[in-house]
Amino acid sequence: MTQQRSEPPSEQKIDSGKRTWLIASSCAGVVGVGAVAVPFVASFQPSERARAAGAPVEVDISTLKPGEKMTVEWRGKPVWVIRRTPEQLAELTKVDNELADPKSQRKPDELTPEYARNEYRSRKPELLVVVGICTHLGCSPSDKFVPGPQPSLPNDWPGGFLCPCHGSTFDMAGRVFKDKPAPDNLEVPPYMYLSDSRLIIGEDKKA
Amino acid sequence: MAEYHEAAADATASQKLLNWVDNRFPLTKLYNEHMAEYYAPKNFNFWYVFGSLAMLVLVIQIVTGIFLVMHYKPDASQAFASVEYIMRDVPGGWIIRYMHSTGASAFFIVVYLHMFRGLLYGSYRKPRELVWLFGCGIFLCLMAEAFMGYLLPWGQMSYWGAQVIVNLFAAVPFIGPDLALLIRGDYVVGDATLNRFFSFHVIAVPLVLLGLVAAHIIALHEVGSNNPDGVEIKAKKDAKGVPLDGIPFHPYYTVHDIFAVSVFLLLFSAVLFFAPEGGGYFLEYNNFIEANPLKTPLHIAPVWYFTPYYSMLRATTDVMVNILAGIVAVAAVLGIVRGGFGAMGKLALAIIALVAVFLLKTFDAKFWGVVVMGGAVVILFFLPWLDRSLAKSIRYRPGWHKYLYGVFVFFFLVLGYLGSQPPSATGNIVSQLGTLVYFGFFLLMPWWSRMGTFKPVPDRVIFAAH
Repeated sequence: MTQQRSEPPSEQKIDSGKRTWLIASSCAGVVGVGAVAVPFVASFQPSERARAAGAPVEVDISTLKPGEKMTVEWRGKPVWVIRRTPEQLAELTKVDNELADPKSQRKPDELTPEYARNEYRSRKPELLVVVGICTHLGCSPSDKFVPGPQPSLPNDWPGGFLCPCHGSTFDMAGRVFKDKPAPDNLEVPPYMYLSDSRLIIGEDKKA
Repeated sequence: MAEYHEAAADATASQKLLNWVDNRFPLTKLYNEHMAEYYAPKNFNFWYVFGSLAMLVLVIQIVTGIFLVMHYKPDASQAFASVEYIMRDVPGGWIIRYMHSTGASAFFIVVYLHMFRGLLYGSYRKPRELVWLFGCGIFLCLMAEAFMGYLLPWGQMSYWGAQVIVNLFAAVPFIGPDLALLIRGDYVVGDATLNRFFSFHVIAVPLVLLGLVAAHIIALHEVGSNNPDGVEIKAKKDAKGVPLDGIPFHPYYTVHDIFAVSVFLLLFSAVLFFAPEGGGYFLEYNNFIEANPLKTPLHIAPVWYFTPYYSMLRATTDVMVNILAGIVAVAAVLGIVRGGFGAMGKLALAIIALVAVFLLKTFDAKFWGVVVMGGAVVILFFLPWLDRSLAKSIRYRPGWHKYLYGVFVFFFLVLGYLGSQPPSATGNIVSQLGTLVYFGFFLLMPWWSRMGTFKPVPDRVIFAAH
């Protein structure tokens, strides 16, 4: 289909004054559109209600036996509380060479509070408190506490966690093994002991 | 602007009505341009039915989607139950839901085959680049639709799949965490996420999708269809300006496509009635468990159509990043030594390569995994400019090109299979190899596509009447 095209009115002079105003008003229009976009983009942010949620949670650990894990929800995420056995604690020092960040030096402000920057990544050696969310893409790793060869794990597996999504592995202190998709150790949330049998997660200031 | 036409004096009532409409809306004109006088090459084979089938599946998805929305509740506390309500209590609800969920997989099957057809016959080559680009845009929209739609049933796979993909965005340096927060609308995947995904899935993306489909077809009908011989039928026309090798889309290809539609519906119904979950590939079993933010299922994998890309994501470990840095270095050295660049060009190449290696080593492998995964889709957009072979169609390319395509398809399928399996050491090495094959196929295409002995391309299409 061919269409007849009329000749452009070439003889007409360009009115530069009109053109300036045309450009100026187009620019003003763009600014206006940009300003209107602000509330729409802002509405993607977490609402005030979502921001307000996330109070600290108290945990009773009196019934937690050595080698056992309990999961509590804090800010919508799983937080694990694990009472490690002496054997598990002994393994921790042996695997340092295989870990990406054995001393928890990476992003310490985000991942490891001061009181957890030790071999055990905890306030008290036996009790581990970590956010059970893989630092790779946010899956929750599964427990692989039993040492030794098993599917998806190396033959000299010392016991720890395996992320089912992309195969990252962590030791019993939530420290990530080398050359795995996850870049960092599991996050240790702020926490403190209210007593020997009670923890508070989400708060670490002296009450 | 058309002039006003009076209907002939002896016109029937229906002719008069059509004339009335044609004077106000180009109905006959549109019908002729896109159907009765749209001349398609007469040598189409079965590969050419998948475009029409994709349209059919699009209609199925839209219609079933409209009906599902009538009963579904986009609320984290009610979503899972409302889907079960549709499945059990809404009359006919189960089949509408299965049509929609099976339709999603059918869509990808049809679209993958449609894209492979383009690859076989060089359908993206000049002047059909925009047809291909709009098509790639449709593919991206489909992926967005599939991903966001999969969150809606609020099952375990919905939840953890969304968690993983949203966290992909958090891997972007500097702005990542804030970006992920904007997508989720909360600090974790939750009600806010479900609500906005629902909005995108049912209105925003479908609108864009429909616009792109229209653009895809308008662009196609402007340039005309390619064919298995890759011959331009418009080069040889009869006295009336009709391509000698062209036949009107209607009735020839409408009938051709209706036959394909019957076969497709036969298979579609078989899946719908006998294996609506597709053996766990179309609807994963873990998705029949309500989302639990505290527990990731032991094995999580995306739905089959995403698994090749998911494999590439998993394959990008620190070792892989080192390999990639090595490849960049070797490519730069080869480019400097062998490529015909001037002194400035060589310097620029060296600097680009150094920056690339530096960036590769600076950011986490996690970020590069996301780049690899995204790049695997984005690279498709560049295909029209990567392919520089002398013949469009595989029929007239050197014989070994077929084997190369075979290797590519093989590794794509292997990547797809591995992505559906739990991570393993061997699987990871094979995925890394597959990732290199996938990218090598495209990135080296400007070189390999020109190599070999091409067969002479005929002037007219090869066609045997049947």
